[in-house]
Amino acid sequence: MKRIITLNVNEKEYEVAVAPNRTLAQVLREDLNLLGTKIGCDMGDCGACTVILDDRPVNSCLVLAVQANERKITTIEGVADGPHLHPVQQAFVEHGAIQCGFCSPGMILSAKSLLEKNSKPTEYEIREALSGNLCRCTGYQKIVEAVKAASQTMKK
Amino acid sequence: MGDLKVIGKRIPKKDAPLKTTGAAVYIQDMKVPGMLYGRILYSKYPHAKIVKIDTSKAEALPGVKVVLTGADVPNNFKFGFIKDNPPLKTGKVLSTRDEVAAVAAISPEIAEEALDLINIEYEELPGIFDPLEAMKEGAAMVHEEFKSNVLKMPWKFVAGDVEAAKKASAFIAEDTFSTQWVTHCCLGTSGCIASLDINNNLTMYSNTQIPSLAQNDFLEALKVFGFKNKRVRVIQCVIGGGFGSKLDTYAYEYIAILLALKARKPVKIVFSREDEFLATSPRQCTITKISQGCDKDGRLTFREMEMILDNGAYTSWGATTPSVMMVPISSLYKVPNIFYRAKCVYTNNTYSQAFRGYGNPQATFAIESNLDQLAEKAGIDPLEIRRINANEPGEVTPQNFKITSCGMKECIDEVVNRLDWKNKSGKHNGRGVGMASLIHVGGAARVYKSDGCGTIIKVDDNGKVDVITGSSEIGQGSETIISQIVAEVLGMSIDDINVINNDTDVCPWDVGAHASRTTFVAGNSALGAAQKIKTQIMEIAAKNLGESPEALEMKDGIIFSVKDKEKNISLGKVLRKVHYTLGGRMLVAEHFYDPPNENFDQNFKGNLSVAYAYGAHGVEVEVDKETGQVKILNYIAAHDVGKALNPMLLEGQIYGGGLMGIGYALGEKMIWDKGYLKNGTFLDYKMPTVQDAPPVQAVIVETDEQAGPFGAKGIGEPGLVPTAPAIANAIYDAVGVRIKDLPITPEKVLAALKEKEKGNP
Ligand code: FES
Ligand code: FES
Repeated sequence: MKRIITLNVNEKEYEVAVAPNRTLAQVLREDLNLLGTKIGCDMGDCGACTVILDDRPVNSCLVLAVQANERKITTIEGVADGPHLHPVQQAFVEHGAIQCGFCSPGMILSAKSLLEKNSKPTEYEIREALSGNLCRCTGYQKIVEAVKAASQTMKK
Repeated sequence: MGDLKVIGKRIPKKDAPLKTTGAAVYIQDMKVPGMLYGRILYSKYPHAKIVKIDTSKAEALPGVKVVLTGADVPNNFKFGFIKDNPPLKTGKVLSTRDEVAAVAAISPEIAEEALDLINIEYEELPGIFDPLEAMKEGAAMVHEEFKSNVLKMPWKFVAGDVEAAKKASAFIAEDTFSTQWVTHCCLGTSGCIASLDINNNLTMYSNTQIPSLAQNDFLEALKVFGFKNKRVRVIQCVIGGGFGSKLDTYAYEYIAILLALKARKPVKIVFSREDEFLATSPRQCTITKISQGCDKDGRLTFREMEMILDNGAYTSWGATTPSVMMVPISSLYKVPNIFYRAKCVYTNNTYSQAFRGYGNPQATFAIESNLDQLAEKAGIDPLEIRRINANEPGEVTPQNFKITSCGMKECIDEVVNRLDWKNKSGKHNGRGVGMASLIHVGGAARVYKSDGCGTIIKVDDNGKVDVITGSSEIGQGSETIISQIVAEVLGMSIDDINVINNDTDVCPWDVGAHASRTTFVAGNSALGAAQKIKTQIMEIAAKNLGESPEALEMKDGIIFSVKDKEKNISLGKVLRKVHYTLGGRMLVAEHFYDPPNENFDQNFKGNLSVAYAYGAHGVEVEVDKETGQVKILNYIAAHDVGKALNPMLLEGQIYGGGLMGIGYALGEKMIWDKGYLKNGTFLDYKMPTVQDAPPVQAVIVETDEQAGPFGAKGIGEPGLVPTAPAIANAIYDAVGVRIKDLPITPEKVLAALKEKEKGNP
């Protein structure tokens, strides 16, 4: 049986009819066409599907869409301000933190969520916050550098 | 080359804004109208007879459009390096990744459900999972028709006289090393959409690393399926990681074509993560017997290696990795006498393919670990034995490699200084340092008849440039590097350069994103095309300005007289004059660069690459004697890259390759237990996370490579080549145990420490 739910995604309200077993990742991608949320494993192991749900980063492949009913969701499409990249995105670009880019949306959302709560994270805290986001291309070094740099610009 | 504007700068990747905003379209995100979803059923057993397949229930499921089995593959079609692999199996399955049936349905969920309804009766057969068993007299045949489990491949290289050199050596060290199965773990899984028009011309949306060769493979397949003289167009989506995994065509692609032919609708197959672990082709495990010798002064006298590779059940490019293994075996350090032989052996395991480094990491693990053993026997510092024998510019190696630029000694020195080697080595107090060097192809590799890449440049009416290249962007940044090269030649901003690189209908031929060749080959190709278009532009501008072309320069889209800057014309204007004149013409240039390297002759001699990449890695570790845990305290990765065209992207290759190598050394292993993959998830397969990533210093050593575009050499693969032996050597320096079997897990270290306490070596 499908259920009508309301999702507040990137500050816009969507009403969707969803089956109870649909994950938030599926609904975002397939019903709302927000394809920036990536699915790297669909098992909660890689973080590619990270979105921010009520101020907390979650693996959207592990959240049922119905659980997100009437809650606030930020996906990668909602991070930039129109044509202006968010400081975290900008830092990822400028510091070479992106190669194939498949991990990037999830990585950026994890980083953004961290910096919103902790504007001056230590390197340890950065690594802890990103530990659920796998990246095979970069060796993570430039990702960590980018998050550090973003924390600097965001403070200003 | 003093006055470079764009080359050598830390320029962000051109596609990075697209990727940071989630706008990049990967195969996962692609849809075409009317598309169906395909799924593949894999074998339940590693070795079995297929007695009966009943697909009737699956076919009856609403929403299922096509169900295929091996019986539906036309004309006994097989693919792969020696065409031993049918896309859907009949009669017998040879591994648990064997495709036995496939479904196309209107949704992925229905397709999945349909797989559960396919009934297959198997008769299980005993399997062979160990290449040593498979080589034994009387062993059951994996492919009965081949009459041997050892592939008929001529992997043998001999130089000088190893037996005589052994007798003349002052010291000899001999041992056996082994490596494990590891897999690419691209974050974006494999996938494709096969779409056929009414005349059976194929459009394949793909994430291949070899668009031109894949196009050819699919053409061949269509021919066997009964469709001659068709057109195949390969369109690459944004690629979520390659690392060699997409250097071949696979069963799923042929299955998608067959499903689409039958359904008369486009069919998309995208792997789940479980599929990706099970059904992409990993780096094979190897067993290497090695001995090396030196004279009393530490000069290497010989190197002898016998290697056995688990080929798995079918043959892909993995079986050709011994050709690249020969690069370090024949030419890492100066070694006059060489004997090498490799055997690839069929088993009922998954089958192997290309993976970053292409055999070099397995060979270098044995060579560099054993070199430390030799140094110890000879009483020489591991650092000194490497310095004494280091390669040098101008050398011709036993395989006839002509060494042009070579920064090996400089790389070793960087490692030594940055690690504080002199003070830290030889303490055996739980902390230790180790190093290992590398050689790899750095100026392409002539594996195919052509090693070329084409570029077409066209300039539009507004003075913007389109660069149409055969090369593929797989995350490494080729699009950006090519833009930089063209921008430098034309004196333009890279923002005015648009690279088109993903459509075989438009793009010229290229052999593929492999062998660390893209910067070198596609770069040289783009350079040649840019120079040709510049000549044309200057000639036209000269006519308009009443000057000779030599008197002109071009900068920021303006062409001006060097003497009198007032005399100038914008590029856009030149273009419009050319286009809008009666009898006008286009401004287009093309250039095909095929490097002057050589295919191997039948004795495996020949200058495989125009240039060779060198490097040295050094590592300081701390070993916990209670737990066997190895902690990396400091990691130096020094690489001779020719000229660094974009140091930021280059470091990205070193960091990424380095961490992949650290994973290879310390944790990653596909556990194949009697043909079944036991750890096919990210949870169980220990790919490094950000918390596992130690501090790495990427050190760029620049040598000017005359044949490279602006002096550059390749760097895609070298980052992970010497990692494992550098770490193994450091562990030995720290606690005196040598782990000869990758990965170096705490259990192995602990067991070795216990043995050592008991007094066993
Ligand atoms: S896709 Fe959700 S964690 Fe991997
Ligand atoms: S950039 Fe490719 S997985 Fe992170």
